[in-house]
Amino acid sequence: MENVMTFLPGILSGLQMTLGVFFITIIGSIPLGILASLAMKSPYFIVRWLVNGYIWIMRGTPLLLQLIFIYYGLAMVGVPFGRFEAAAFAFIINYAAYLAEIFRGGLQSVPQGQFDAAQVLGLSKMQTFFKVILPQVVKIVVPSFGNEVVNLVKDTSLIYVIGLGDILRAGSIAAARDVTLVPYLLVGAVYLLMTAVVTIILRGSEKRLNVWR
Amino acid sequence: MIKIDNLSKQYGDKVIFNDLSLTLNDGEILAILGPSGIGKTTLIKTLTGLEEAQSGSVVMDGQEFAISDPQFTSQIGLIFQDFNLFPHLTVQENIMLAPLTVKKMNRTDAEEKTNDLLAKLGLSEQATLYPYQLSGGQKQRVGIARALAMDPQVIAYDEPTSGLDEKATEQVVDVMLTLKKEGVSQIVVTHDLPFADKVADETFDFEQEVQR
Repeated sequence: MENVMTFLPGILSGLQMTLGVFFITIIGSIPLGILASLAMKSPYFIVRWLVNGYIWIMRGTPLLLQLIFIYYGLAMVGVPFGRFEAAAFAFIINYAAYLAEIFRGGLQSVPQGQFDAAQVLGLSKMQTFFKVILPQVVKIVVPSFGNEVVNLVKDTSLIYVIGLGDILRAGSIAAARDVTLVPYLLVGAVYLLMTAVVTIILRGSEKRLNVWR
Repeated sequence: MIKIDNLSKQYGDKVIFNDLSLTLNDGEILAILGPSGIGKTTLIKTLTGLEEAQSGSVVMDGQEFAISDPQFTSQIGLIFQDFNLFPHLTVQENIMLAPLTVKKMNRTDAEEKTNDLLAKLGLSEQATLYPYQLSGGQKQRVGIARALAMDPQVIAYDEPTSGLDEKATEQVVDVMLTLKKEGVSQIVVTHDLPFADKVADETFDFEQEVQR
């Protein structure tokens, strides 16, 4: 028990970093993902082509590699990023690509009749999107979105590669110093707790969205 | 009176209709008849601006418009064959959405208007239900109320009796005749002849009167 007290502060500050990356990714990637999913439906070939290329790169290479490239690679060509900024940037553009595909699927499953009805009633494109289409897309995508959020909780552990101290790294340091596996157990428990919270929140919102079908 | 002239529509080489002319007198019900797949729905979509026509003009209240002019198309309310109610909004919200967002009506007025429409169409008890909780006939009437809330000059119906049982069809007839009494002009596309007989003042036989 005494042991636990010695590595707890390290783990708590690691937790802060983990949560920081988590929340900034959620906040940044949702709007970017929506924009990218709309751009995939653009009438301009070049826009669709660019967005598809972006999504291909983001989904086609490991996030770990993207982190390394954005932090070390861009610094070498004279675009220096701070460690946290690099992590936030890499996570946001990576997760936005996955979310864009999810939103695109959601957008496709809203029937054309909904767009027609809004148009006949005189709603503008913006009003149609925000008042009619988006609420229906949200309901459709919540389960797959939840999957991505749970993945994100665990993916935050990748930031060790650019020298950021997240919770897993704090656990590793404590484990190496005290030659014990207990810190890892504790870290595992914290991840489980975080995914449990995410799951409960998402189940709750699914339930609330079920008042209509 | 609304007079449509020289209306033509084709998809590629396929001519749906050519040089079509139609007159709708104020307060009348015009039934557009013909078998399925002949282009009746395309005609009504053209009138509501959902489809573009190759040519066509319209005279409404003595003023001439291009057929796709929003000033004209916004005067036509459409009741879709499959209703297309907004599933995430209650009956009341479905009806209020366009008055609030498009007409920028204030909420109290919009609510009052909605409640009047609901009472008129016998839907007051359903005001807070969602579309999935309604029967086909009720959905149909919500669609009508939603269109009426924008005060269009004309209400257009696309196959309003398809999928409705006899009783619900009777209710549609009642609603249409009530609106007629109030002076609302209506166009109804249908292949249900007995129904057309009950409501129509004028009929337009798509098969015979349309050049293709």
